[in-house]
Amino acid sequence: MTIDHPVALAPADRAVRLLGGDLTEKALRLHLDGLTGVDAVGLEARAANLATRSIKTSSKAWALDTIISTCDLTTLEGADTPGKVRSLVAKAVMPDPSDPSCPRVAAVCVYGDMVPYAVEALGALHGDPDHGLVSVAAVATAFPSGRASLDIKIADTREAVAAGADEIDMVIDRGAFLSGRYGLVFDQIVAVKEACRRVDGSFAHLKVILETGELQTYDNVRRASWLAILAGADFIKTSTGKVSPAATLPVTLLMLEVIRDWNRLTGERIGMKPAGGIRSSKDAVRYLVTVAETVGEEWLVPHLWRFGASSLVNDVLLQRQKMTTGHYSGPDYVTVD
Amino acid sequence: MSFLEYAPAPESTAILNLRDSYGLFIDGEFVDGHGAAFATISPSTEKRIAEVACADASDVDRAVAAARRAYDRTWSRMSGADRGKYLFRIARLIQERARELAVAESLDNGKPIKETRDVDIPLVAAWFFYYAGWADKLEYAGLGSSPRALGVAAQVIPWNFPLLMLAWKIAPALAAGNTVVLKPAETTPLTALLFAEICQQADLPAGVVNIITGAGETGRALVSHDDVNKVAFTGSTPVGREIARAVAGTGKKLTLELGGKGANIVFDDAAMDQAVEGIVSGIFFNQGHVCCAGSRLLVQENVHDELVDRLKTRLSTLRLGDPLDKNTDIGAINSREQLDRIRALSDIGEQEGAERWSPACEIPSNGFWFAPTIFTNVSTSHRIARDEIFGPVLSVLTFRTPEEAVAKANNTPYGLSAGIWTEKASRMLALADRLRAGVVWANTFNKFDPASPFGGYKESGYGREGGRHGLAAYLEASGWQAPIESSPASPRSGRKARKAVAK
Repeated sequence: MTIDHPVALAPADRAVRLLGGDLTEKALRLHLDGLTGVDAVGLEARAANLATRSIKTSSKAWALDTIISTCDLTTLEGADTPGKVRSLVAKAVMPDPSDPSCPRVAAVCVYGDMVPYAVEALGALHGDPDHGLVSVAAVATAFPSGRASLDIKIADTREAVAAGADEIDMVIDRGAFLSGRYGLVFDQIVAVKEACRRVDGSFAHLKVILETGELQTYDNVRRASWLAILAGADFIKTSTGKVSPAATLPVTLLMLEVIRDWNRLTGERIGMKPAGGIRSSKDAVRYLVTVAETVGEEWLVPHLWRFGASSLVNDVLLQRQKMTTGHYSGPDYVTVD
Repeated sequence: MSFLEYAPAPESTAILNLRDSYGLFIDGEFVDGHGAAFATISPSTEKRIAEVACADASDVDRAVAAARRAYDRTWSRMSGADRGKYLFRIARLIQERARELAVAESLDNGKPIKETRDVDIPLVAAWFFYYAGWADKLEYAGLGSSPRALGVAAQVIPWNFPLLMLAWKIAPALAAGNTVVLKPAETTPLTALLFAEICQQADLPAGVVNIITGAGETGRALVSHDDVNKVAFTGSTPVGREIARAVAGTGKKLTLELGGKGANIVFDDAAMDQAVEGIVSGIFFNQGHVCCAGSRLLVQENVHDELVDRLKTRLSTLRLGDPLDKNTDIGAINSREQLDRIRALSDIGEQEGAERWSPACEIPSNGFWFAPTIFTNVSTSHRIARDEIFGPVLSVLTFRTPEEAVAKANNTPYGLSAGIWTEKASRMLALADRLRAGVVWANTFNKFDPASPFGGYKESGYGREGGRHGLAAYLEASGWQAPIESSPASPRSGRKARKAVAK
């Protein structure tokens, strides 16, 4: 560690409160390096233990509805078109056409250039998922690699916000993080957060994607989680879905532990979004159990908890139909998108 | 209803096919006992499960005679490979009947189905598989080129892990070529009796395994029986002492697994969330009915408040209740007697000035229950820091330096287990060397494996179970002859027969 002179960082509120007024890269580094380690075996054992919870009958019904209402229905393909996005929106507002009691999803998650089409297609149903409406989330900052200059990342973000995105899913610069340039990663998050400011002074919600599959170690995941929260993240998110492994239960548990610790320290509530790789209802229910037993079930609301998934909703719908009708249907009884 | 209350998810008891009453399993058959039969109850409901026979001295005689016969005529003459085949067969049958055994164990013992299903029964099968592999390789056990079986083993086991303790006893004994008479605890005989059925199912030669039920008197008659060559006991230190006295001078080989007051040492650099999990599994696993439980938490003073705080938060998510519910973390206390003991010691803890805390949890109206409990402000002189409570009660003490941690951890008449939590491997290894405990876990707790020896120092007993070391308890090293003349009370017919067939 060689820092010849203190490098000043952007004075993000949370970091200043925790680390002091003269916020420097050294102060940030000392904090991140001072975090206690993560025992991988113990963490994975705890996650496996949480996965043995048996969620039945009324608990299962509640869980299935909660999965849908906290889901970011996602399409992030190079082949996306306005038509594909409209179709996604239609599914978001009415996931199960055969059952009007099925809740809407929390948000649709698209690339920045698709935001206007999503906003238009949602029309009056565009709004706060806590009130039963559907948000528009846009991935930004040169998603998924994050390999672009800061100016481009900021422009990317501003454009999505201006087009009506309520939430921005940014990626961190993993290269910078892994080479130890925590200050750079921090400043970029602060800058993107600032770019989330709307003309009326309010902010689009910022989800910070750590891409945990590239961070490799649990110690890194914990450091990156703290770094993102200190820089102003509203949500911390595991993955882009473009890198394997994407979300895993141990990684999600670890990030939730950081969120819990931040809450103990400050009373603030940070959101959590595992994304990618969660395809079955059974898997998703395990995530809900992990949230409820780590940070508390009050986190299981759209402004604090999201699933980033594309195929999960259909499996949940099949399970939901089974609970209502008593028998299994099949993939042709739910819509492809 | 909140999500965290989780709707009931009970494991069905329909899989059980229990008899209304069970006899003694002697010479391959269930026979009547001559003592007064007693009922075994479910500690979570106090409902009767089945009636169980009680063995008196004449029944013990019959059982030991059957074991002797089987040893002389069959088991000692059989090749190790063939003995191994029987053990493999038993192991597979245990796996096939795993769910049934898990339900029966939960019902009879009161421990959560989650533990019987995921820990007890898989370990039971693992133990038989492991020792099945040893049966034809005894010459590689480090006990000389042709180690010999001892003869008839008298085994008395406790109620905390009924079937697992049976496996710990029977699997190595049989692999080594001994025959056994085993007495399960009077409050938990059910799975041992199901195991007797498995022996029948496996076509195990009659008399190789005999299972007799009864209370202390039966056990006393068994361990002091003249025609027994080996005594193995797991249970309390006072009973262990009594057995050691009874066996002294008889030439019987003895192993004892007794009490413990394990220290779980947490340093300030430990992975805190995982340490909390380890503390929880160290003392609240199996309602704390674990001889190697981490019942003393030694935490470095500068992280005491934070750790206790986190521990309390974690304990608030533990679910106490119906042992057969798949989401239950804490089941019932095994017996009223044990519950009374836990209550008495906890009350003493309060009177001596320690601070008592339990999470809010609803206690069912029937059955024996004790909420998970933490005592802080505990001093080394308090009884809750010295006596084995054998319940879900944790005593929290502090230390400031590694030196002090070692001194406090070793300052107990027991020496069964200890745990170390630190991210610094050099400290972990240095400390482990200085702890007088048979098992030292680092960054984990209460982990068992058949390949790993287990046993205690000091008042925690002697001898090792598990691994290659566990075989030594059931074998006589070759090249060393037992002083036969010094033990006239112990007939050696078995050994002579064995010699006759040995090269």
